Amino acid sequence: MSGEQPFIEIKRSIAGGDFAIAGNISSETKTILQQTGLPPVFIRRVVIACYEAEMNVVIHAYRGTFTTQIYSDRILVVVDDEGPGIPDVSLAFQEGYSTAPPHIREMGFGAGYGLSNMKKCSNQIAVDTRVGEGTRVTMVFYLNSSP
Amino acid sequence: MKVNEIVIPLEAEVVVDGNMSEQTLKGGYSGDLLSDCIANAGEGSVWVTIHSHPNIVAVAVLVGILCIVITNFQEIDPQTVEKARKERVTLLRTPLTSYQAVAVLAGRGIPGTKKHV
Repeated sequence: MSGEQPFIEIKRSIAGGDFAIAGNISSETKTILQQTGLPPVFIRRVVIACYEAEMNVVIHAYRGTFTTQIYSDRILVVVDDEGPGIPDVSLAFQEGYSTAPPHIREMGFGAGYGLSNMKKCSNQIAVDTRVGEGTRVTMVFYLNSSP
Repeated sequence: MKVNEIVIPLEAEVVVDGNMSEQTLKGGYSGDLLSDCIANAGEGSVWVTIHSHPNIVAVAVLVGILCIVITNFQEIDPQTVEKARKERVTLLRTPLTSYQAVAVLAGRGIPGTKKHV
């Protein structure tokens, strides 16, 4: 990399299983993006992807970190978790495929749209995962480009 | 239509008033899958759902939903109420089913909207 520094970097930790505060990081991200004056349509797709990534950690992992970097032309989101990992990533990207337990589904989560929503909303997505260790999801959103 | 104008037709209890009389509804959405709602509901909507846990408020804030209508007179988690107050999202609770609530809202001219990702 060129060593380019982001204008803003936000780093937060996520607690697995804490549904009461789940979504707070995405809300905070939305507020910050609104304050920077970015277009609402762009903000919407970033925020949808952030919410899904945040919820995945809350639903499936033990803990995680959520990092957002804002550059002049793009936003980079990296979500790192300590958790079970994903045995079959291509299956996890399929709409409707989910390993969420029944009590999570009863709350309206875990319908199997998380990763596919993230893919639709981002310009690039990479999933690095190790079963039994954790998962890192990296997403890039370009300001002047549709996903 | 202002948010407070749907209270009586829905036979609803106002659990949280997030400035209802000042807010105009642009459309409506119904569904109980949170990923579906966040991807498809539009800003300025009323959202009809059976869920009453605190995360519905997070979804509403992210989408820009003005009012959540909780159907079938579900018990509401106190944390949901607290979060809705803090975020100024209107929470209504109705004895109607989701289908009945949507029929009432559609009958009052609130269009179904879909926002594509």
